[in-house]
Amino acid sequence: MIRKFLPHPYLTLTLILVWLLLANAYTLNSLVFAVLVGLVIPWVTAPYWPARPRIANPLKIIEYVGVVIWDIIVANITVARIVLFMPNRDLHPAWVVVPLDLVTPEAITVLAGTITMTPGTLTAELAADGHSLLVHCLHAPDADAVRDEIKTRYEARLKEIFE
Amino acid sequence: MELLWDIVISALLVIGGIFGFVGSLGLVKLPDPMTRLHAPTKSATLGVGAILIASMLWFATKQGHITLHELMVTVFIFLTAPITAHFISKANIFRDWPAETLPEPAGEGEWAVHQADADTSEGELAVKKETEAAREED
Repeated sequence: MIRKFLPHPYLTLTLILVWLLLANAYTLNSLVFAVLVGLVIPWVTAPYWPARPRIANPLKIIEYVGVVIWDIIVANITVARIVLFMPNRDLHPAWVVVPLDLVTPEAITVLAGTITMTPGTLTAELAADGHSLLVHCLHAPDADAVRDEIKTRYEARLKEIFE
Repeated sequence: MELLWDIVISALLVIGGIFGFVGSLGLVKLPDPMTRLHAPTKSATLGVGAILIASMLWFATKQGHITLHELMVTVFIFLTAPITAHFISKANIFRDWPAETLPEPAGEGEWAVHQADADTSEGELAVKKETEAAREED
């Protein structure tokens, strides 16, 4: 019964929070509307979200977000340095194949997004069978090191969170 | 105190401006479409982030009310930038990088753009069945 009317409780909570932040007014009025939005949207879109992502370890999310935000700042400085000071002929762009241990689509999506936001790497393509990612590196003299870092730094953490 | 906040906010605005500039410069300077994608996905996000933090601080310290709008803008940028980059690179791979110029994927089959009948939903369906079975057990 509850599953029918509340197919995605996390999505409901997120929508309520997002609506309140967008409205930028913390009154009863906007709270009522936020709850309405949070109930109706997951219910209407439920057919498109058949599986509910399982989050095994919610506390790890905080650690992951911290690591990623730090890496984004470092990434920006690295890329800015390459753009400003490195002549194009010294640049070594490379393709890196990252074989995936993750299986859930949510986890793979988060990993792909993280790779794009972090130092010098960009998720370019997913394999047709969904078991590897093609990553483009802006400047990677050592492509294997990049792959190992992605696997240990991000994928291992995501595996703890999602699986 | 007033002066200190002025300095912090101005510094953040300048940092934001610099990174925004670097992101745009990268688009012009880097040699090919794939490397060009790197500049706006990274530098521009930090640039926008710094300006949004400056905006939050300005409202909190000068206007005396807290706004959290800016957090939403940041979240939306973090969600949309990788997806946009992914689509642009997919289109670019489809046009300019035939399968033999790319490294082979680890599993079977090709990269998704090169395989006409690509269906990544197979794994998804397996997970769906699993969760449904778990639900019935509940």
